Amino acid sequence: MLQTTTHSAVAVSAAPTVPPSEKTGRTARARRRSNPAVRRERRAGLAMAAPAALLLILFLIIPVLLAFGLSFSNARLISPNPPRLVGIDNFLRAFSDPVFLRSTLNTFVFAAVVVPVQAGLGLLLAVLVNQKIRGVTAFRVIFFIPVVTSIVVVSILWKFMYQPDGLINSFIDSITFGAWQGTAWLNDPNTALGAIIVLSIWQAVGFHMLIWLSGLQTIPEELYEAARMDGASSWQQFANVTWPGLRSTMVFVLVTITIAALGLFVQIDVMTQGGPVNSTSTLVYQAVRKGYREQEIGYGAAISLIFFVLVLIVSVVQRYLTRDKED
Amino acid sequence: MTTLTRNISEVRRSNLGERQLRRRRRTWTYLAMAALAAFFLFPLVFMFVSSLKPDGQILSDSDSIRAFLPVGDISLDNYAGVFDRVPVAQFMFNSIFVTVSIVGLGLVVNSMCGFALSRLQWKGRGLVLALIIATLIIPFETIAVPMVYWVSKLPTLVFEDGLLKYDFGWLNTYQVQIIPFVANAFSIFLFTQYFSTIPKSIDEAARIDGAGWFTIYRRIIVPLSGPAFATVAILTFLPAWNSYLWPLMVVQQEELRPVMVGMQYFFQLNTAWGEVMAYTSMITLPVLVVFLAFQRAFVSSVAASGVKG
Repeated sequence: MLQTTTHSAVAVSAAPTVPPSEKTGRTARARRRSNPAVRRERRAGLAMAAPAALLLILFLIIPVLLAFGLSFSNARLISPNPPRLVGIDNFLRAFSDPVFLRSTLNTFVFAAVVVPVQAGLGLLLAVLVNQKIRGVTAFRVIFFIPVVTSIVVVSILWKFMYQPDGLINSFIDSITFGAWQGTAWLNDPNTALGAIIVLSIWQAVGFHMLIWLSGLQTIPEELYEAARMDGASSWQQFANVTWPGLRSTMVFVLVTITIAALGLFVQIDVMTQGGPVNSTSTLVYQAVRKGYREQEIGYGAAISLIFFVLVLIVSVVQRYLTRDKED
Repeated sequence: MTTLTRNISEVRRSNLGERQLRRRRRTWTYLAMAALAAFFLFPLVFMFVSSLKPDGQILSDSDSIRAFLPVGDISLDNYAGVFDRVPVAQFMFNSIFVTVSIVGLGLVVNSMCGFALSRLQWKGRGLVLALIIATLIIPFETIAVPMVYWVSKLPTLVFEDGLLKYDFGWLNTYQVQIIPFVANAFSIFLFTQYFSTIPKSIDEAARIDGAGWFTIYRRIIVPLSGPAFATVAILTFLPAWNSYLWPLMVVQQEELRPVMVGMQYFFQLNTAWGEVMAYTSMITLPVLVVFLAFQRAFVSSVAASGVKG
């Protein structure tokens, strides 16, 4: 089954190229270095890791370094003049720009609502579909369907449903027997962000249901049996067996939702373009608007960097929480 | 004697109560799950049904259950309309080509790197591993804007008048949609983890039989790692097919647009909702079919992505 290479015999034999006069320590090291098998292993390792490593350097490491460099410059996407360093001007500008500050606030509000609601709802769904009853797999699949639907499609679809004469208003109208006057959800600064929060949770909650579910399934059944023998109620079982067993899952779920929520972009771009009156503009939306649409790469990079710092803080907190658990 | 009978009847009664309680709870569970299923499905049912109706009827149906039923003036006219207005077949081809390239090249490049990291001793291994772990948390949104600047400066080869020349700038190409997403730190991480569960003694045996390292990778490790490849393929397929922010910025030429960006342009120019729903249905249906066919693999892939924490 294996292909035999012609030079195979050399591979396993030690190379006798080291002069015997040298000291033993160096001899061993030198022998190891010049051993053809070891050398070939090194070369193979380097060669097989190289394509991925090179691509990661080109399209991850360099762009990160560029984000730092550009954020201290006045670079433009297309410009006859080479970029010039301008110190912390871009950051000073950001923190005195009302649109940036509003975008930051919107991003925090979005995350503050989405993180607990989506995590909680996901756990509720996971507990529901973790029961051993017939047809439960079908429900798991149904709850997961919005996750595989593109967020662009979801945004367009919900924009249609949020129209003044759309499905959502008609539905509310019929369950309140006409007491409700239709509202243009996305055109009202008071309701636009809330409307986007609802569809964002609708789209992503199935993903976290599955993460919670895999956490639930790591909890041994014997623990529940023992709890039942001691006469624990369903709620007591959840509070004393399920919940403690979900610590690390919880940290993972909270961190992934937080990072995704802070990166809110597509829904805004498709549905509201940040409006009305910047009530739905977000950090990433603002970075793209400034850095790409208005071609101010330097300023856009500075906003991206601020977003990155937020994400870093979240993951440092995660590190701290998971370490705490291990102690 | 009497105490015994009383005890038995008590036990029987409580058993009965418990069974009844359990049945009632099960009924409630089903009711709750059915309500939730309706909540998760109604927008999609509405989308598919509306794509078959003329605009006037979509609006007049929206205040009754008819919004979710394929009744009235049903036709595929909206689909024909989409094809008339935009080169949607070209968009589909672009998306499929880009997605297949990212997933295919990604499986090769990332699994080779995972193999080198998990099974070989070489200089720089620790550094590369640290690099990959460190880059796991960098969200794409952080580097998107600087990366537009970066790819606009990269050298590229172009065919011009039968000559191979080199030029600068990757904007408006297929490569700019593919190459940056081939290597993926999380894919490498998953492969590394999976490969390290395969006993190393297999490698040694193969070495003695005279196999080279690449042969060991291709003939032994790859065939043993089907689940890892399936997981990585699924986890890279969805973001590649759904990619929006990046092609929005780097592809202006209509012929190179993927479906998602093509749809957003179509949506901005067009308020004929029936046609918009036809477009969204067209690009949602293939993914749904793939998902339903491989739902078991999808579910375990997502569960596997949870190991990250």
